[in-house]
Amino acid sequence: MSWTRKILRVDLAKGTCTSEPLNMEWAKLYLGQRGLASKYLAEEVDPKCDPLGPENKLIMATGPLTGTMASTGGRYSVITKGPLTGAIACSNSGGFFGAELKFAGWDMVIFEGQSDKPVYLLIQDDKAELRSAEHLWGKSAWDTDHAIHATHQDPQMRIACIGRPAENGCLYAAVMNDRHRAAGRSGVGTVMASKKLKAVAVRGTQGVGNVDDPSAFVAATNDGKSVLAENAVTGQGLPAYGTQVLMNVINGVGGLPARNMRDVGFEGAEHISAEAMAEPRKSDGKPNLTQNNACFGCTIACGRISSIDPTHFSIKDKPEYKISSGGLEYEAAWALGADTGVDDLDAITYINFLCNEDGLDPISFGATVAAAMEMFEDGVITTEHTGGIELKFGSAEAFVAITEQFIAGGAFSEDLGLGSKRLTEKYGRPELSMTVKGQEFPAYDPRGIQGIGLNYATSNRGACHLRGYTIASEVLGIPVKTELNDTDGKPELVKAFQDATAVVDSAGLCVFTTFAWGMDNIAPQIDAACEGDWSVENCLEAGERIWNMERMFNDAAGFTADDDKLPKRLLEEAIKVGPTKGQVNRLGEMLPKYYEIRGWTPDGKVTDETRKRLSL
Amino acid sequence: MLKSLNIDPGKCTGCLQCEMACSYEHYGTFNPSRSFIKVFTFHDEGRFAPYTCTQCDEAWCMRACPVDAIGIDASTGAKVVYEDKCVGCKVCTIACPFGTINYSQASGKVVKCDLCGGDPQCAAACPTSAITYVDADWTGYDRMMASAAKSLPSAEASAQ
Repeated sequence: MSWTRKILRVDLAKGTCTSEPLNMEWAKLYLGQRGLASKYLAEEVDPKCDPLGPENKLIMATGPLTGTMASTGGRYSVITKGPLTGAIACSNSGGFFGAELKFAGWDMVIFEGQSDKPVYLLIQDDKAELRSAEHLWGKSAWDTDHAIHATHQDPQMRIACIGRPAENGCLYAAVMNDRHRAAGRSGVGTVMASKKLKAVAVRGTQGVGNVDDPSAFVAATNDGKSVLAENAVTGQGLPAYGTQVLMNVINGVGGLPARNMRDVGFEGAEHISAEAMAEPRKSDGKPNLTQNNACFGCTIACGRISSIDPTHFSIKDKPEYKISSGGLEYEAAWALGADTGVDDLDAITYINFLCNEDGLDPISFGATVAAAMEMFEDGVITTEHTGGIELKFGSAEAFVAITEQFIAGGAFSEDLGLGSKRLTEKYGRPELSMTVKGQEFPAYDPRGIQGIGLNYATSNRGACHLRGYTIASEVLGIPVKTELNDTDGKPELVKAFQDATAVVDSAGLCVFTTFAWGMDNIAPQIDAACEGDWSVENCLEAGERIWNMERMFNDAAGFTADDDKLPKRLLEEAIKVGPTKGQVNRLGEMLPKYYEIRGWTPDGKVTDETRKRLSL
Repeated sequence: MLKSLNIDPGKCTGCLQCEMACSYEHYGTFNPSRSFIKVFTFHDEGRFAPYTCTQCDEAWCMRACPVDAIGIDASTGAKVVYEDKCVGCKVCTIACPFGTINYSQASGKVVKCDLCGGDPQCAAACPTSAITYVDADWTGYDRMMASAAKSLPSAEASAQ
């Protein structure tokens, strides 16, 4: 079975915690985690509700393979209506929290209503209770984690919590777990703060002991691990270099945006790359990278544990940061580095530490600062707004200063917390917001790489690479190489990646496995773990069903085809230099075909026929 | 020939596959809280270290047990707990200098690594060879070889 078949429902207004059975009819259609929790959200929450009001709910959900020996089977997602976008939000995280929640005996926790006073949820196996968090409100995520561990005298407890920007209303605050893993995108941490829920602390001792066919499961997961170990990306590239292996690759093909996507190609890329992270520094002879780190059950171990040069200006007087902690992933290195024009590895590692310490999405934060930098250079934003900081592209000093000021809630922090869409609107330059549905782009330029542009435009949670990582095909040739600048075949490619990813997420696995695994590696693991028929075809149909359900939620929330668009800059301002010179994104060539193969109307609505086919 | 678990923390990524393999072997569940091997995270140092029983020859746990509930598996050299004899007094948990024998609330007995009867599942599951099962007389072999390699005239050369 693999599901615990139990849901914990927490009413924050009443202060109650109740157990209820998992809806197994839905589990057989939506699998778990992202898919199943989105189904609960769609059934229980009015899509038109205020994301930060009491009607919105927040769900922390595991998948059927979470907490098992399947490689990467440790993930959970936070599902809610997102405040940055107003769309369905689903942020996925690794670390160890998700597996612990499963071990405590819960498939998911549904938080509803809002508490008057700050609270945290304590789960010890079947026992769950809300405790006062008044002493934790105003603390960073790291300090909160430390304080709760100290209170309960239990080092084996796993904690997910929010930092100060979430409390202050920053619209892209993350839920942090295990100190440096994040359900990072779409402002799920902001929703948690709106409920006055500071943290969830879990200790589970029950394990997962009910897989449907144990011997088939062990065989299927062992096969899967062999495939990962033998693959060049998952067996060598990711463990050695992490996702940062991409920095020089993407820059080399002409797909790395820089300076708020004003430019493509970043001259400082090599200074902030994986290769630079492995280079011993002058001061203490140590490289930035201390060690690679796995999330629960992961045999890839792409995570970076890094340290900052102890003599660097950012931390030389701050002993508390002279440690090793979560280091730069590619998207964070791009947003904090190339997108702001900063090529100082230590500065952006420090800012990444701060994002982890206080629960910020480094993509949206970096991209919002980048938009502010462009407006500063245009003279729309001045030192009067920034509290005296010369917020210029490329200034590591300015970026460090504005980040520290932002987290402390000082000058300009309210503006930066808006995200780039609302920030640029406020200052009258909406065309400078590099977003879809209000969410900032990650690290691949849709002018250089066509398919990823279509994926960004149609992603149900706003601009996002993790909803359909066509870069695998368009740049890395996985499973087959498609040309960067072709639009033919890209709608089909985008749909295939989007549907498959929905399955991976909903199972509780990590999308990075798909560099090596196809659905023929994944489906047997799900099928052995779960009752029911989880053939490749049924898995992919579940993925398509999940995608369409998310789309229907957004449709009911008021989104239309007009929201499936890219900023003008990416459609009209051609790339100036490099291998992709002269290119723009040709979304108009791809979108109609995408709607057609999705079984949607020409204006992007899910047809009755498609609903019927997918049992929606 | 007896074999020993050999742990190289420098290779550990902290994935906990070993803990799941251990609990699955002994209890049929994926459950790190019932594993006899534990991986410790030293966050600020950015390091991970698996740790379990070293199977001491003069085992403190065995000597301390008042009811002779701990004995030696002759085929592996593992010190094993006889559940039918163990009374859960926990004296062995105090005697062990390494903390690797512990009481289990689930069974009311003490539990420890038994080398899985000679096929330790933690070593089998470890994706980075941070845990291996090697000739008990030669647990230093890899490090000895690495040191020997340094003595070669050419820094480029490596021992075979």
